[in-house]
Amino acid sequence: MATVTLENLKKSFGRTEVIHGVNIDIADGEFIVIVGPSGCGKSTLLRMVAGLETVTSGKVFIGGHLVNEREPMDRDIAMVFQNYALYPHMSVFDNMAYGLKIAGRSKAEIAERVAAAAHVLQIEPFLDRKPRELSGGQRQRVAMGRAIVRKPAVFLFDEPLSNLDAKLRVQMRLEIKQLQRELGVTSLYVTHDQVEAMTLADRMIVMNEGRADQIGAPLEVYANPQTVFVAGFIGSPPTNFLPALSVSRGSTEELLGIRPEHLRIVGPDKCELRARVVNAEALGAETLVHTRIHSGEYVTVRQEGSRPVPEEGEEVGLGWAKENEMLFFTNGARRY
Amino acid sequence: MVEKRGAALWLTHLGLIVGLFFIFFPIWLAFVASTISQPEIVRPPMPLLPGDRFLENYSKALVSGINAPVARMLFNSAVMALGIAFGKIAISLLSAFAIVYFRFPGRQLFFWLIFLTLMLPVEVRIVPTYEVAAQFGMLNSYSGLIFPLIASATATFLFRQFFLTVPDELAEAARVDGARPMRFFWDILLPMSRTNIAALFVILFIYGWNQYLWPLLITTDPSMNTIVMGIKQMFPSGDDTADWPVIMATSLLAMLPPILVVIGMQRLFIRGLVESEK
Repeated sequence: MATVTLENLKKSFGRTEVIHGVNIDIADGEFIVIVGPSGCGKSTLLRMVAGLETVTSGKVFIGGHLVNEREPMDRDIAMVFQNYALYPHMSVFDNMAYGLKIAGRSKAEIAERVAAAAHVLQIEPFLDRKPRELSGGQRQRVAMGRAIVRKPAVFLFDEPLSNLDAKLRVQMRLEIKQLQRELGVTSLYVTHDQVEAMTLADRMIVMNEGRADQIGAPLEVYANPQTVFVAGFIGSPPTNFLPALSVSRGSTEELLGIRPEHLRIVGPDKCELRARVVNAEALGAETLVHTRIHSGEYVTVRQEGSRPVPEEGEEVGLGWAKENEMLFFTNGARRY
Repeated sequence: MVEKRGAALWLTHLGLIVGLFFIFFPIWLAFVASTISQPEIVRPPMPLLPGDRFLENYSKALVSGINAPVARMLFNSAVMALGIAFGKIAISLLSAFAIVYFRFPGRQLFFWLIFLTLMLPVEVRIVPTYEVAAQFGMLNSYSGLIFPLIASATATFLFRQFFLTVPDELAEAARVDGARPMRFFWDILLPMSRTNIAALFVILFIYGWNQYLWPLLITTDPSMNTIVMGIKQMFPSGDDTADWPVIMATSLLAMLPPILVVIGMQRLFIRGLVESEK
C-alpha cells in the first residue's frame, strides 16, 4: 500500500523525447488508468514506474521514497504483462511462487500464500499444470495471481486484457476492479480501450503524444474534455467537430465540438444546422445517423432506437442545447 | 498427401528395404569379420554368417588391443567427446547470454569476431594451436585434447538465435520477481533451452568422438590414443600382418557410443520438442 508520485517525468530514446513531462500524485489505494492511442507513450510511462525503463529526467516516488535508481524488485511493485509472460517450463504453482522463492520465504509460507491467492482467483484446480495447458483467461488469472501473491505496494497492469476475447474481457474487467477494491492496492493500468478506462478508473490519465492531456475522474473527463484530442478520444462514437463559423460562433481559429448523444434530429425549419443523411446504423437500442453538412464535415447523431430512422439522402435539421457546446482553439486547447 | 495403398505401398517399402540393405551390408560384413578367425577372413569367399569367435575377438580387443587396449581408448574418446560437448555447450550458452541480454561496449564487435571464427576450421589454425598447446605442456593430456576444440561459434550462434526468440517480457517478469541475471539464466533460460541443448549435445558428442587429426597430433603416448585414431594405428605398417578380426571388433565398438547417444538423446529430444510447444 503506497502513494505514487511522478514529478515532471521525461523519457528520451536517443534524441527523440517520447514523454514530455508527466506530473501526478496518486493516492494510496487509487486505481489510475493510463489511456491513449498506440504510440502515445503510455506503456513507456508505466515501465518507468516499474523500473524496466530508465528515467531520463524527473522523479518517481513510491511510498514517499525516490526510486529512480532502484531495481524493479526493490520497488515493491508487481506487474501483469500483456502476453502474461508466464514461465513456460514451470507449473502454475511455481510461476506464482517464483518471486517468493527468490525473496527467500519459507516453503510453508510460500505454499500458504500461493494457496490463498489461488483461492481468490479460483485457479486452485490448475496449480499443477503448465501454462500451455491453460486457456487465455486462465493464464490471465495466473498472471494476476503471480502479482497478488507478493502483496506488493503497487500493481502495474500493461494492457492485461487485450489478448482475451470480448466476453472474457468484460468479465475479467469486473474481476480486476473487484479485486483491486478488496485488496486496496494502488494500481496503474495501461490500456488503449476507453471502455476499460471509463469503467475501471478512479482517475484516468489521457495520454497524447507523450503528454498527459488531461487527468481526472472518468465522468469529469467525459463531460469536460480539456483538449480536442481528449474530446475526440473519450466517448464512442467520437465527438463531432465543426468549424465554429459554420454555426456562427467564435472565429475561424476555433472549432465547435458536440457529442453525438447531444444532437437531435429536428425539422429543417427550426434547426441550428442543416445536413444530409449519408447512412443510418440501427443497432436496436440506439441508432447512429451519419450525416454530412454543407461545408463537407461528417456529423454523427446518436439517438434512441425507438425514434424513427431517417432515410438515406434525406435533408434533416440538427439541433442541440447550448450548454452542450464545447469550443476549442484549432491548436487543440479548450476555449469553453 | 500421397495415397498409401495397394502396389505403391509395397513398392515404397521395397525401395526402403533395398536401400537399407545396401547401407547395412558393410556393417554386417564388419560384424561377421569380427566374429571369425584371421585365416577365415583371408580365404575367399568371405563368410556371410557370424562365426563362433565373438567373445574371443572382442575380449582380446578390449583388454589387449594391438597398441593399447580398446577399453582404454574408448575411455579416452569418451572423456574427450564429453568434455568437448559439455564445454562447448557451457561456453556458448554463456557467451550467447552475454551477447543477447547485456549491453556492453563492443558487443556487436565481439559477436562478429565469434561469428568470423566460423570460417576458420581446426585444420587452418592447427599449427599455431599445436604450438600453444605444446607451450602449455598439454601434449598427451586430456586438457590438450579438449580445450583447443572447445570454443564453438556455431553453438553460440544457435543459442543466440534461440535467446532472441524468447520474449523480452519473460526477462522483465523475472526482473520484477527479483531474479538477478544469473538466476534468470539458471532458472528460466536454461530449462527453456533444454531441447536445443539436447540436440547440440548429440551433434557435438559425435563431433568430438570423430576427431581424428587433432588427437593424432597432440597424443604420442598410445595410452592417450582415442579410438578413432587408434583404429588407424592398428593398420599394419610394412610386413606385419593385420589382425582383421580385432580391428573389426574395435571398429564396431567405436561405433557403439555415438549410436547409444543418438538413441538415448532422441527420446529426450522428442519429449523436449513436445513439451516446449507453446
